[in-house]
Amino acid sequence: MNFFTKSLGHHLLGLYFSREGLIKAMKATEVGYNSKVEGDVVHTRLDAAVSWFRKNSLWPMPMGLACCAIELMAAGASRFDISRFGAEVMRFSPRQSDLMIVAGTVTYKMALAVRRIYEQMPEPKWVIAMGACASSGGMYRSYATLQGVDRILPVDVYISGCPPRPEALLEALMKLQNKISNEPHITDKKPARDRGLVLS
Amino acid sequence: MTAKQLAKKLQRQFKEIVSDAMEFRGELTVEISDASQIAEVCRYAKEELGFDYLVDLCTIDNDDETPRWTAVYHLYGYGHLRHLRLKTSVSEEESEFPTVTTVWRTADWHEREAFDMMGIRFAGHPDLRRILMWEGYPYYPLRKDFPLAGKPSEMPDVAFSDPIPLEGGPFVTLAGGEDAAAREPRVRTPE
Repeated sequence: MNFFTKSLGHHLLGLYFSREGLIKAMKATEVGYNSKVEGDVVHTRLDAAVSWFRKNSLWPMPMGLACCAIELMAAGASRFDISRFGAEVMRFSPRQSDLMIVAGTVTYKMALAVRRIYEQMPEPKWVIAMGACASSGGMYRSYATLQGVDRILPVDVYISGCPPRPEALLEALMKLQNKISNEPHITDKKPARDRGLVLS
Repeated sequence: MTAKQLAKKLQRQFKEIVSDAMEFRGELTVEISDASQIAEVCRYAKEELGFDYLVDLCTIDNDDETPRWTAVYHLYGYGHLRHLRLKTSVSEEESEFPTVTTVWRTADWHEREAFDMMGIRFAGHPDLRRILMWEGYPYYPLRKDFPLAGKPSEMPDVAFSDPIPLEGGPFVTLAGGEDAAAREPRVRTPE
């Protein structure tokens, strides 16, 4: 899937990189069946194309902090196989990832490290709060536990469960893919944290 | 040699400060009245009585009772397979025990944890700093006067903490409930 996305992506970008160039090319050539390009060309909006590349090649930053990380690993292994959704490339460097999966209890001691790693990830980036602890502090109503990672990060998808099953993570991934495919990437240049998100 | 005989031997060595062994459910506890000598007592227990393993070192906050702090030493010997528990107390003004890291090196982290959670110092400890909470956190969370919800704190670029919402929290117990389901800890929103 990834290879397909990437190769087709290059093809599309090569063709559509400049709108003016495309219009010029369309005016210059006859519109109709051309056996040389038929099967290799897709007509679409640039936004939609970029969304399609992005949503099918999410590279997760596995922020495994507690038992949810075990389910995250299961989601990556062969039975559940997160690579069916193009998100199997777990990057342990924030510089190379665009989806942070916060899997587990975020303690105050860890909170600013999580925040720093998030800030080191390049835009565009998304966050999944996996499980009760990451979403709300869960059962840890404790002096040591951050009551939900959304207090320090803009969360896109929350997953309930303690821990959630791998299917739930895949569901969240699909929800996020839907969200990404509806985002205006080219026209909206604001970084994620400025899009009406509250940070404490 | 049984644990009772070992406790007796310890008492013979330190006549003035070691109490009779108290037995509860087959476990022996010895109280040491002078906390400043706990390191010597421990050294004797290790070197002469064969208690070569410090299983655990924990502390108790006695709240408004005096003395406020009690340290509990759980000893075990791999040679004779016997357990023995030592207890000793200091007042809130003193808040300091002699370190036993000179006897068992494993006491290092145990004493750091006691320092972190209770704010009790250990004189002579080689590296007494917080182990669970971050450096600069201003409170001692396991003290009886520390609220369950925690307290706000702020260390710029290190960590912060907020009090947590306890109302209706996940583990609210009701005393005197009708049945087990009514008494057991669960989410309860107050009406």
